[in-house]
Amino acid sequence: MAEVTLTQVSKRFGAVQAASDLSLTIADGEFVVLLGPTGAGKTTALRLIAGLEAPDDGRIFIGGADVTALPPAARDVTFVFQQYSLYPHLSVFDNLAFPLRSPTRRTPEDEIRRAVGHVAKLLKIEDKLQNRATQLSGGQMQRVAIGRALVRSPSIYLMDEPLSSLDAKLRAELRIELKHIQQDLGATILYVTHDQTEAMTLASRIGVINQGRLVQIGTPRSIYEDPTDIYVATRLGSPGINLLPRALFPDLEAPASTTTIGVRTEHLAIAKAGNGAVTGKVNWIERLGDQNHLHIAVNQQQIVSLVDPDEGLDVSDEVSVSLLKPLFFDADGQRVR
Amino acid sequence: MSGALSTAHSVVAPSGRVKLLAGTIVVLYALVAIVPLLWIGLTSIKTPPDSISYPPKVVPFLHFEPSIEGYCNLFNTRSRQTADYLASLPPANSACEEITRSRSMVVVGPSNYVPRFVNSLIIAFGSTLLSVGLGTCAAYAFSRFKVPLKDDLLFFILSTRMMPPIAVAIPIFLMYRELGLSDTRLGMILLYTSVNVSLAVWLLKGFIDEIPREYEEAAMIDGYTRLQAFRKVVLPQATTGIVATAIFCLIFAWNEYAFAVLLTSGTAQTAPPFIPIIIGEGGQDWPAVAAGTTLFLIPILVFTVLLRKHLLRGITFGAVRK
Repeated sequence: MAEVTLTQVSKRFGAVQAASDLSLTIADGEFVVLLGPTGAGKTTALRLIAGLEAPDDGRIFIGGADVTALPPAARDVTFVFQQYSLYPHLSVFDNLAFPLRSPTRRTPEDEIRRAVGHVAKLLKIEDKLQNRATQLSGGQMQRVAIGRALVRSPSIYLMDEPLSSLDAKLRAELRIELKHIQQDLGATILYVTHDQTEAMTLASRIGVINQGRLVQIGTPRSIYEDPTDIYVATRLGSPGINLLPRALFPDLEAPASTTTIGVRTEHLAIAKAGNGAVTGKVNWIERLGDQNHLHIAVNQQQIVSLVDPDEGLDVSDEVSVSLLKPLFFDADGQRVR
Repeated sequence: MSGALSTAHSVVAPSGRVKLLAGTIVVLYALVAIVPLLWIGLTSIKTPPDSISYPPKVVPFLHFEPSIEGYCNLFNTRSRQTADYLASLPPANSACEEITRSRSMVVVGPSNYVPRFVNSLIIAFGSTLLSVGLGTCAAYAFSRFKVPLKDDLLFFILSTRMMPPIAVAIPIFLMYRELGLSDTRLGMILLYTSVNVSLAVWLLKGFIDEIPREYEEAAMIDGYTRLQAFRKVVLPQATTGIVATAIFCLIFAWNEYAFAVLLTSGTAQTAPPFIPIIIGEGGQDWPAVAAGTTLFLIPILVFTVLLRKHLLRGITFGAVRK
């Protein structure tokens, strides 16, 4: 394991700026998740570190050594791909042994057997070792793919949405397993996803990426509670943060340049109409069992709020709305405090 | 993945009656297609008089007595002798000698069939190996790298197939004479390779395009160079395509007649121009021609049968979840 640093790395593909002045340090043993929508440049960042792409600008360091010009094989990293993850012509055992049999590593066969056996046990695929890679279910394939990364102890594990092609239940299971494994091994992981749940649950730090730029990086809690701009604020939270015009809350104290007020669904106090500053009308309720999503219209503006199912509110009730932890944004979408 | 997903009661699977009909059509077609081959095989075990008798003799042992005369005449050259001379000879020491003497001839030595056949083997397999080797490398490069003018180059390669190769026979003939390649095995290997390599590039590019490059990238991260990744990851998955391409190239090079007639006459002559020559000596010797043709069919048959499991597509594309 080692520290990995990107300094002002840029990469352009034709007209697309996939990485722009990207600087990032992943500390030894840290689990950093890059979060962003499709095409934001997350995968490019991984590929640059792996050496599958050469940066136009900037330098990449692994364990203090400049690896910018080194080929992938010389960088001592592993990569778990989103799909196409297993060699279809090899058995599960041979897939797992493949990195250890490489010319740069050349591990003795009995050591390979031990390493593969250990990883197979960790990932609960011991009974599948002799199967062809093509005979596995999706979840098993992805386990083996992660296993192929785990048989080595690289400087850093790079993972490109490794769980995205699995169904929800499997994804939740593997997510927890992955976090356990990372903690047990003290592994350094850079993980890319567009799934905020994965980001929140796995990361020691989340980096939010937009159009090749690292917009904000910090602990999941700080990213969630203290976003630097509207983009970051909208990346996390489900349902998403309410973005409301300043004018809707004339009595609220806010910095002068504020044009938009962001308020998360759980930071709204809803009460039957009477004493609140602003009143609206419930026009739709989504009942999820453990909680209700209340859709409230305030002067034609839709607000979504989380409420307890026992609240006793019903469609077309008049309610008052007050904000508990409002976030203020200016006309450019930047946070103002 | 289709195997794993198939269910016992599939809605789209053909019904029993449709399968029966399809099967019948296939069998009928196969019968029609196999008649000429069967006829050649039968003719090769007839005597020359039986081979041209009318009505035709069809069933061995019932209509005619099988004979190895065709194969004897194929492998030996004979010369006609007087009855006195034949009577003065010691008893025949082989079945072929005996049959030959019954036609008032003696065996004077081996024919050229075996060396011609060996030429065919060397030239066809040599050019196939070269075509598929070059084709695989070129197809990989076109599939994976930024090649300047890639589309133009691919079109240029394809354009060599746009006319029948024999259209350039005269320039090639003159060129080969100047270069000393006429009637050499190397010359024929190069010629067939130049015709086949365009086919190989295009076919193989299609196959290699279908192999996701993530596999090579994974291998390179796993500690392999690109060349090693190509060998360990791309080649095994391209086997199907390589085998199919090799069979196509082999069939062309094996069967090619026109250039073989034009450019080979002696040391490098292949079997196709040789077989018709057999007909000449001592009337029309159809059994010998049929015997030459029957043996000529065997290598392609064996090659295809040996490699047929690789021809079944789909084995390699199971782990890809699209």
